[in-house]
Amino acid sequence: MDEYLNFHFDVDGANFVSAGQASVKVKKNLRDMGLDPEVIRRVSIAMYEGEINMVIHARGGTADVNVYEDHIDIILEDHGPGIKDIALAMREGYSTASDSVRALGFGAGMGLPNMKRYTDEMNVESVVGVGTKITMRVNIR
Amino acid sequence: MKIGVIKELLGAEIICGEENLQREVYSACGSDMMSDVLAYVKDQAVLLTGLVNSQVVRTAEMMDMICIVFVRSKRPSEEMIELARECGMVMMASDKRMYEACGILYSNGLSENGRKQNG
Repeated sequence: MDEYLNFHFDVDGANFVSAGQASVKVKKNLRDMGLDPEVIRRVSIAMYEGEINMVIHARGGTADVNVYEDHIDIILEDHGPGIKDIALAMREGYSTASDSVRALGFGAGMGLPNMKRYTDEMNVESVVGVGTKITMRVNIR
Repeated sequence: MKIGVIKELLGAEIICGEENLQREVYSACGSDMMSDVLAYVKDQAVLLTGLVNSQVVRTAEMMDMICIVFVRSKRPSEEMIELARECGMVMMASDKRMYEACGILYSNGLSENGRKQNG
């Protein structure tokens, strides 16, 4: 196994105000490491969308960012309700978010498609009633 | 366009980041949906919005934006101002509505993609 640097975060599901804090820290850490700004931007946007999703849909979870020499893996895990139809959830504009979430500026059905757009690889595993694990990879070119 | 010019054009009040009014910006976007900002924005340095919560600042930060304009006289909370200060962002508030504020900036040369408009 390659050597990597891990950043681990517990995402508080009860607090919308603090959602995104982990992504801000990751962005700062990656910047301190001197990585390419475009890589940093892609990783932090994908993670931020994931964090927001975890707070909106799953009462929080965990986020791990593993920085390898040639790529960065983002692993998001929650014990929320799970995603019934992953293909449908990946479609732009599809959302199960409530009106109260939309009033906060989210829930436009762009979260998962965005995460895919900003990463090189993305895998979603989900079991209804058990939780969801999303793994994303951004290559460092 | 300098951020200070945006302030003048919109008759806006600076809330924080006064020290950065000389910074140049080349493009802007207006939206109350942070999801859309995260999806469609690229290299846009100014966000005009009527939405007021801490995710506005975080979204702007994620997108490397350096200036937030609150339209319709919306005022950010102290917590939001603190977040903006931490990342050196300019925040201002204008009593203009979104459509008018975007129109003023656009017609004065601040486009969506940094390119010059036709005509």
